[in-house]
This record gives sequence, structure tokens and C-alpha cells, in this order.
Amino acid sequence: MTTTMGPGAELEIRDKLQKAAPAGRATMKERLGPIGVFVGFIGLWYLISAWAIEAVFKKPKFLVPPPHEVIQDSFFGTAKIRNEMFKGVLLSAEVAFLGLLIAIVIGMALAVLMSRARWIEKSLFPYAVALQAVPILAFVPLIGSFLGFNFTARVFVCIVISLFPIIANTLFGLLSAEAGQHDLFTLHGAGKLKRLLKLQLPAALPSIFTGFRISAGLSVIGAVVGDFFFRQGEAGIGRLIDVYRARNDNPQMYGAVILAALLGIVVFWLFGQLSRVAVGRWHEVTGQS
Amino acid sequence: MSAVPTPSAGDAGGVVDPAAALRFQNVSMVFPDGTKALDDVSFEVRRGEFVTIVGPSGCGKSTVLRIASGLLRGATGHYSLADSNIGYVFQDATLLPWRTVQKNVELFAELHGLDRSERDRRAAEAIELVGLKGFERSYPRRLSGGMRMRASLARSLVLNPKLFFFDEPFGALDEITREKLNEELLRLFVHENFAALFITHSIYEAVFLSTRVLVMSSRPGRLVAEFEVPFPYPRADDLRFDPHFAELSGKVSHALREAHS
Repeated sequence: MTTTMGPGAELEIRDKLQKAAPAGRATMKERLGPIGVFVGFIGLWYLISAWAIEAVFKKPKFLVPPPHEVIQDSFFGTAKIRNEMFKGVLLSAEVAFLGLLIAIVIGMALAVLMSRARWIEKSLFPYAVALQAVPILAFVPLIGSFLGFNFTARVFVCIVISLFPIIANTLFGLLSAEAGQHDLFTLHGAGKLKRLLKLQLPAALPSIFTGFRISAGLSVIGAVVGDFFFRQGEAGIGRLIDVYRARNDNPQMYGAVILAALLGIVVFWLFGQLSRVAVGRWHEVTGQS
Repeated sequence: MSAVPTPSAGDAGGVVDPAAALRFQNVSMVFPDGTKALDDVSFEVRRGEFVTIVGPSGCGKSTVLRIASGLLRGATGHYSLADSNIGYVFQDATLLPWRTVQKNVELFAELHGLDRSERDRRAAEAIELVGLKGFERSYPRRLSGGMRMRASLARSLVLNPKLFFFDEPFGALDEITREKLNEELLRLFVHENFAALFITHSIYEAVFLSTRVLVMSSRPGRLVAEFEVPFPYPRADDLRFDPHFAELSGKVSHALREAHS
């Protein structure tokens, strides 16, 4: 049968439209902009450290060490400090990842359960919201009092703090499949499991990954800030910040803060990449690199 | 190809006429909120026939399809399908964005548990039929509206149904694309020899496509006029400029205006 007509022409027009749109490659300004801001930030740091801290804020100079001193003393100084920091950030990363992983498993399971029936959602969701509304970090001492102040308790804090965004985003995603798409499955007699696996879960993926990214950030916060309270066992990066502060080792304290920040950024970036790989082909992934 | 049963299709009983692919007898529908959507609707679609219902927006045209396919329950009266394997093409392409064209077209075969090689074969055939060859691996977001509709059409062809429901499938497309797809749909109709029940509010589309045009009034939807369309198939695109075509379109338009007032 001779069925060729021009869908190619339609595509061509579409391609032209996309090229005309400004959303394409970044311009020179767009690429240099962020670098400029970074340079400005370092400049401001030098300015404060060399002049403003004494002249404007009337504080002793050692409180804000200049960037090169921070880098030198924290990452190229004694082996002891280097080891301490390396182990600390590794421990915090471990705690954050394990907590996040468990939160993902529990959170997604709960969301799937809630998507099954309206009454289950009604019964559980208010408590999930409560979990989000309560300042979890205020409960850390309480958690410590019955779970101890070791690895388990640290992971527990991360689970609790990162659970809600996973539940909420997964649930929202599962319920986001369009009515017309559901009709297709109804017309062909698909049962609940087929509907979940072939329609609701794939439709939920973009939103699930958004949840992962938010929770990953929160989990790092849980690991770092929660660490302030855990004075037993090995020191995570959070406790190192506290220790250096108490010792007035300011360059090292700044170094530890930078490591904690980098941990957060790396985790956020990692999940951004993950979602790009998982859904980037068919879904516009927002929140760049 | 053997028919694949669709357990969800509605059948409220009634006499089975071997010539009728779909039959409605005195079907009425009142929604739970009290809105009367259909009032005493009777008609049939015979095998190999292309029937179109035209009517103003919101008159209940789509409700007819939703009832016939079993998506909507609670109608009174009798309605019956000769075969529960139906094709259903919606106004939106309703493609699954995470699937390529190939995987979208395979969906129904997959839901009915056909094996991989059979799915591949049927999907390839359907994609060829709608002129999407070469776009098998494209994702829906890369396709134009017309191409998405083609993919949707291919998807509904895969199980080889003998009765198709079309719910204003080309309503959102520009006129040129719509006319092209109308011509292609007719070619498929002649080639595959299915029966069709088509919903639209475009009179020209209705007359161009159909063997019979039914006119539906505003809520509650009631069938108020019926026109036989005598032009033989295959129909050429310049049928649209034929004086007989214009005359018949005028009559349908007149009936539609009367129903609307």
C-alpha cells in the first residue's frame, strides 16, 4: 500500500522552531557569568579577611583566614588533619547515603500503599506531613537517648529527615497519570499490578527523582548537623567543624565547612545526573548540572 | 489475525444482529449529578460502515463512545457490540511519553500478553500503514501533533479490530494536517475493511469520511437527523469541491442549526 506522505515535513518545521528558540546552547555571557560570580566571591573573601574584619567588624583577624591559608592548612597541611577530614567526610557521606537509601525504600513503599486506596492515603498522609512540619533536629537528643549516639542513630536521623519529600513526590507522581491514559488500560482489561508497573510508576519517575534530589540534600543536612550532637564514636564532618571551632583552628574549620558544602553539592549533582539518565530522553529535566 | 478479547467492553444485552457491529436501542444516560447526557438514542453501525455523529460541543457525542466501549457504566436501554475487540482513538493522542513510537504502538499487544516477535511484527506493520516508518525510535515529545495522532492510530490498529471508535481525533490539528489525515484514514478504512463510529463537530469532515452521518442535538443528546452519503470509496481529496458534496454538507449544516436552536 502506498502510504508515504510527509510526516518528515512536519518534523522539519518543528526542528526549525526549536532552533529559533533561545533555549539552545549557552552563549559566552551565560558560560562566563557563573565563573565571574565565583571570582567575585573569592575577592570579597580576601577583602574581608585582609581588611574589613578589623576595619569594619572590629574583630580579630584570625577569625576569617584568607582562602589560600584555608586550603593550605586543611588539605595540604599535616597528615593527621588530612586523615581526620577525609575520614570525617567519608563517614558523613556513608551516613547520609544509607539514610537516604532506607528512606527511599520506606517512602516509596508507603507512597505505593497510599496510592492504592483513598482511605489509606487519608489515614497516613497527615502523619507524613507532621513528620515534615516537626523540627526533626530538635529531636536528635531524644533519638540519641534510646538509639545511642552511634552509627545507627545517625542513620536514623537521616531517614526521618528525608522521608517526607520521597513519600509526597512519589505519591504525587503515581496519581499524575492522565485520565485518558488510564482509559487505555481500562479498555484493555489491565489489572492493578499492570497499571502500577506499566503506567503509574513510569509516569511518576520524573517526580520521584525530584523527591530523591530534595531528600538527598536533606539527608546530607541530617548527617552534618545531626553530627553536632553525636559526641561518641568516630567524628563526622559536622563534629569536626565543632571541634576546630572550639580549638580556634579557624582555617581547618573553614576547610571542614567547605567539605560539608562539597558533599551536599556532589550528592545533589549526582541525583541530577541520575534523573537525566533515567528520564532525560522523554522528559525535560529541570534544575541544571 | 485472531480477535483478542477485551473483558471490559460493556454489553447490556439485546438481540445480536450478525450484520451490526454496534447497536444502540433506546439508550439514555443520566449522570449522578442529574445531568441528562443522552436521551433515547437508537442507531446501529453495520459491518464495513463508516458512521459519523456530528453535534455541537458538549452534546454528549463522546458519551456514546464511552458507553459503547464500557468505559462509562450506568446507561439504560440496550446496547451491544458484535465483538469486544475494538479500536478506540481519543481526541488526545494519549501516548505514553516514556515509550518510543514502537513501544507505544505495541502497548495493547503487550497488555494482552502477545509474545515479543508477534508484537514486533504487528507494530511494524501498523507503523508502516500510518506512514511513520523511520520514527520507530522517536519519543512522543519529538513528534508534531499530526505525527502523534498517526502513532495513536497505529496503536489502535495493532489488535486488528473490526470496529473503531474515533472521538474527534483530529480536532486539535490544523486544517491541512486534518485533511491529510482524513484521506489517510479513508485509505485505511478501505484497505482494512473495518466499521467505524466517528465523532466530530466538523460537518465537512463528517461528510467526507462517512457512509452515513447522524446529527445530534444539544444536551440531552438526541439523534435528530440522518443522512446517507452516496459518494463511492475510494474518495479523492477533490471530492470536497464537488457541488454534490457542498449540497449535502449544506443539508447537514441546516439540520445541525435546527437541532441547536
